[in-house]
Amino acid sequence: MRPFDYQQAQGTAAALALAAQHLAPPGEERILAPAQYLAGGTNLLDLMKIGVAHPPALINITALRQDHGRIETDASGLRLGALARMAEAAEHPAVLRDYPAIAQSLQLAASQQLRNMATLGGNVLQRTRCNYFRDPSWQACNKRVPGTGCAAMAGVNRRLAVLGVSEHCIAHYPGDFANVLAALGAEVEILSSDGTARRIAFEELHRLPGDAPHIDTNLRPGELIISFRVPAGPWTRRSLYLKIRDRESYDFAQASAVVALDLQDGVVREARVGLGGLVAKPWRSHEAEAALRGRKLDQASAQASADAAFQGAVTHGENAFKPELGRRTLVRALLQAAAMET
Amino acid sequence: MPDGNQTIIGQPAIRIDGRAKVTGMARYASDEVVANPAHAFLVTSAIARGRIRGFRLDAARAVPGILDILMHGNVGGEAEKPKPMSGGDTTTTLESDRVWHDGQIIAVVLAESFEAAREAAHKVEVDYEAEPPSATFGSPGVEEEVRKAGEHKDYKVGDAEASFAVAEVKVDARYGTPTQHHNPIELFTTTCEWRGGKLTVYEPSQFVYGLRGSLAKQLRMDPGDIHVVSRFVGGAFGSRGGITARTAWIAVAARRLNRPVRLVATRDQGFTIVTYRAETRHHIQLGATRDGRLTALRHEGWEVTSRPSEYNVSGTETTARVYACPNILTKVNIVHADRNTPGFMRAPPETPYMFPLEVAMDELAVALNMDPVELRRINDTQTDPATGKPYSSRSLMPCFDQAAERFGWKGRNPAPGTMRDGDWQVGWGCATAAYPANIGPAAARVTLTLEGKARVQIAAHDIGTGAYTVIAITAADRLGLEIGKVVVELGGSELPAAGLAAGSSHTAGICNAVAKACEGVRQRLAQAAVTSNDGPLAGQDPAKLTLSAGALRAPGGAAEDLPKALARVTTGVLEVYAENIPKGLPPESIGKVYQGQMAMSRGHSREDATTYTFGAQFVEVRVHALTREVRVPRAVGAFAAGTIVNPLTAHSQYMGGMIWGISAALHEATEIDPHAARYVNDNIAEYLMPVNADVRSIEVIMVPEQDAQVNPLGIKGIGEIGIVGMNAAISNAVWHATGRRIRDLPIRIEDLL
Repeated sequence: MRPFDYQQAQGTAAALALAAQHLAPPGEERILAPAQYLAGGTNLLDLMKIGVAHPPALINITALRQDHGRIETDASGLRLGALARMAEAAEHPAVLRDYPAIAQSLQLAASQQLRNMATLGGNVLQRTRCNYFRDPSWQACNKRVPGTGCAAMAGVNRRLAVLGVSEHCIAHYPGDFANVLAALGAEVEILSSDGTARRIAFEELHRLPGDAPHIDTNLRPGELIISFRVPAGPWTRRSLYLKIRDRESYDFAQASAVVALDLQDGVVREARVGLGGLVAKPWRSHEAEAALRGRKLDQASAQASADAAFQGAVTHGENAFKPELGRRTLVRALLQAAAMET
Repeated sequence: MPDGNQTIIGQPAIRIDGRAKVTGMARYASDEVVANPAHAFLVTSAIARGRIRGFRLDAARAVPGILDILMHGNVGGEAEKPKPMSGGDTTTTLESDRVWHDGQIIAVVLAESFEAAREAAHKVEVDYEAEPPSATFGSPGVEEEVRKAGEHKDYKVGDAEASFAVAEVKVDARYGTPTQHHNPIELFTTTCEWRGGKLTVYEPSQFVYGLRGSLAKQLRMDPGDIHVVSRFVGGAFGSRGGITARTAWIAVAARRLNRPVRLVATRDQGFTIVTYRAETRHHIQLGATRDGRLTALRHEGWEVTSRPSEYNVSGTETTARVYACPNILTKVNIVHADRNTPGFMRAPPETPYMFPLEVAMDELAVALNMDPVELRRINDTQTDPATGKPYSSRSLMPCFDQAAERFGWKGRNPAPGTMRDGDWQVGWGCATAAYPANIGPAAARVTLTLEGKARVQIAAHDIGTGAYTVIAITAADRLGLEIGKVVVELGGSELPAAGLAAGSSHTAGICNAVAKACEGVRQRLAQAAVTSNDGPLAGQDPAKLTLSAGALRAPGGAAEDLPKALARVTTGVLEVYAENIPKGLPPESIGKVYQGQMAMSRGHSREDATTYTFGAQFVEVRVHALTREVRVPRAVGAFAAGTIVNPLTAHSQYMGGMIWGISAALHEATEIDPHAARYVNDNIAEYLMPVNADVRSIEVIMVPEQDAQVNPLGIKGIGEIGIVGMNAAISNAVWHATGRRIRDLPIRIEDLL
């Protein structure tokens, strides 16, 4: 097998220090940092087995659950430790009650076995399921090997993205939970290798492919996500995650929608809208939100919101159906959220 | 053989190998213990057409633990390509530098561990001389030809073209089905071990004698020097019917290393190193009178195959004879592309060919404003319309009536788009299932011991179907023993020969052979009992004695316990070997099985009658009014298949077939890149099949049917028919829910937006 260093970090400072030992030369660092943090391993280990990821070093951060595995809520919002398991967040009473969209996005992802292993921090960083990316025998993949082209554009792409794509890459972000974090305006708390903390908007964590699709996120080498902060708001209780997929369970989304509404007498005071399954990165649609604000939520405003959300959609043959499916998914989610009893 | 004492055949019995399977004691081929095996990892081609200019191996050879790398340059002459069970020629692997298809085996890396072999295989660099490949129908460079008669027949009865032209009501439409892969849970493995000049092969197989015979030819050996072992098989579905290229190369590898070699191919390699269900296209024309009688049936099919192979399934052999029709015309074309050679997959001809016929029948029912069940009734027949021969038995309408009753079909509003449950459109559909009752020759040895136990030996194959158990049931029934007193040995070429476990022929073939051997046992015991001077059965008519409940019994009540009856024959064990040659096959057909060749009496080619199993399948679908995902909350299937040896495992077979039908209609498709002619979703995360949440209520009705003509035990076979009608029933239900007629599978969200 391909050799790699494997170390177990006993605490946060140790993990950061271990990562710092493996920093890549300037310019190279963003393709894939030479040291990868390993938590549940449900995505990274797969990628290593299929020859897509080959980090020289793995740093097991499971012990950091002590520091960063908690789920806490107060009047300002929800704080989700990055090392909390997907299953823990999905089943947490406060999450279920106050942030149903978050609970649903987790419950509808993967399988119970995977949710018991995977951490929230790892989940948001899962990489695309584009088959041309995941099989190194395909030569043309700008995301895997910069500058080689994109075989997916004229190939099998019914699962790939229509929002946020570039002429270099149409890979989709496959996850669910991250779309909710983006929509609800969450922040992500990050420690850098010298121990200093920074916070960025979750929407700024992932990058659009642009002309550098091989760089998925704005994380710097050695940085570690330690938590997600979801601000409270009058819309979080009336929120849901609708996932449309080919089969009933254990499948990635063909389209999904996050909707959170603050309604008064059927009129939208504030809305949060996210999309998934057909997006290049976790997606908040400010356009869809703007189209709803101040309007009575009905079929017409829902349709207007959905139309706004997919204004910039770009399709490539097989996936031409996805904007229409995405619009319908959002309409269905909006009407369903409006009908929720909170 | 005397009948009327069937007390165990037909009673539900749990699997005799169930405990071994659930406790991990069952040894699948790659579990078999061999001393100090080396591990193989396959290198497969990353292009679909061209030649290999050369390999760069320095990095691979530097991997610690590497032992050898097999390529066309160093071993190409050591084996010949395998001969498929059907379709003539096939593609090569290491025999030459030619690349015929994506994922073709082009090198075999051998190392001390699986991990080292895999790592070295990833480091093998290949220089190709690539040529533009052709992926499938419509791709530039494919070659189409009319399928020659030979293995399969076309039918021309009356004048279908003229009758269609003047028909009062017509359906004229085109249909398509996708590439599909078996994906059995057990991966494709081969372990080879040489002792002197003798070779043992451990490999999951549906035909151990076939594997032995083909491998002997490929390696230019005496078949008697090869022993094939396949005691348990973790699913097959046709994928392990014929030998594939890997086996000979693992044997060659073991010979070169002078130690056992084990290959466990990866899941994605399973998409290209074995066979698959080829995509098909169809043109159907149905003509009918206003009152629903068929006057014309034309069915033309197209099937993809590899460049050198003529493999095709020609399901028109079934679609030509399902309904009474005076004018029938069928034709099949094959389309050569840069693909590997396809092969058997559950109900190989009927799954893709009954789909268009049964959707067309639904379309005809709509055009006639007639209930689709009544349309089948009007066109039901007890005479094979293609040949004029009688059906040995045919219970199509009892199946429709019982399934319709259970389903609640009479509550259906025939107009499409009229049934609704909240946001979900509801649709009901039905279809006919049909599959020939086939049977092959087989031999069996039955040994009776003084302890009152029986051992049955036969080179049959339990591919998950319950073959171990139906053999034990048959022997127990015929010998008058409890099932627990019967030991069954299967899955090895040291045993009496049985044919390919495929075509729903296996239970009929092997149970009739076992019953015949048991009859030999009974005759020996009866003869000794009636000719003895002192026994309770002295002077009785030996033909009238039966074995039941542990004794040899005469009609009047006289009986002798089995151990005593056996002691009249021997103080040791009584061993009887028997060969069963099904009616219509020549005596030498058992010899063909021993040589590893196909020998099967097919339900559509018998002289005396047409023998078929029929069924009716009903499905409810729900389609979301807005987002259009399709779900199947319930399905009912009724089937009449003659004698059911074990209703418990039969139920599982039917149910499994129906679940697979949901999968085939809504989920399964191997996606091929149109330019590279390479499979894209070659994993079971993206090659979708139903999960538990997709499978709600599946009801199976076994309609009683007796058929004394089909074979002595009256067994018609059940393995395939469960899947056959599902594609069409689901498509027809989707039409009923939505008004949208979807003629290409699988039916997906985008087809209904």
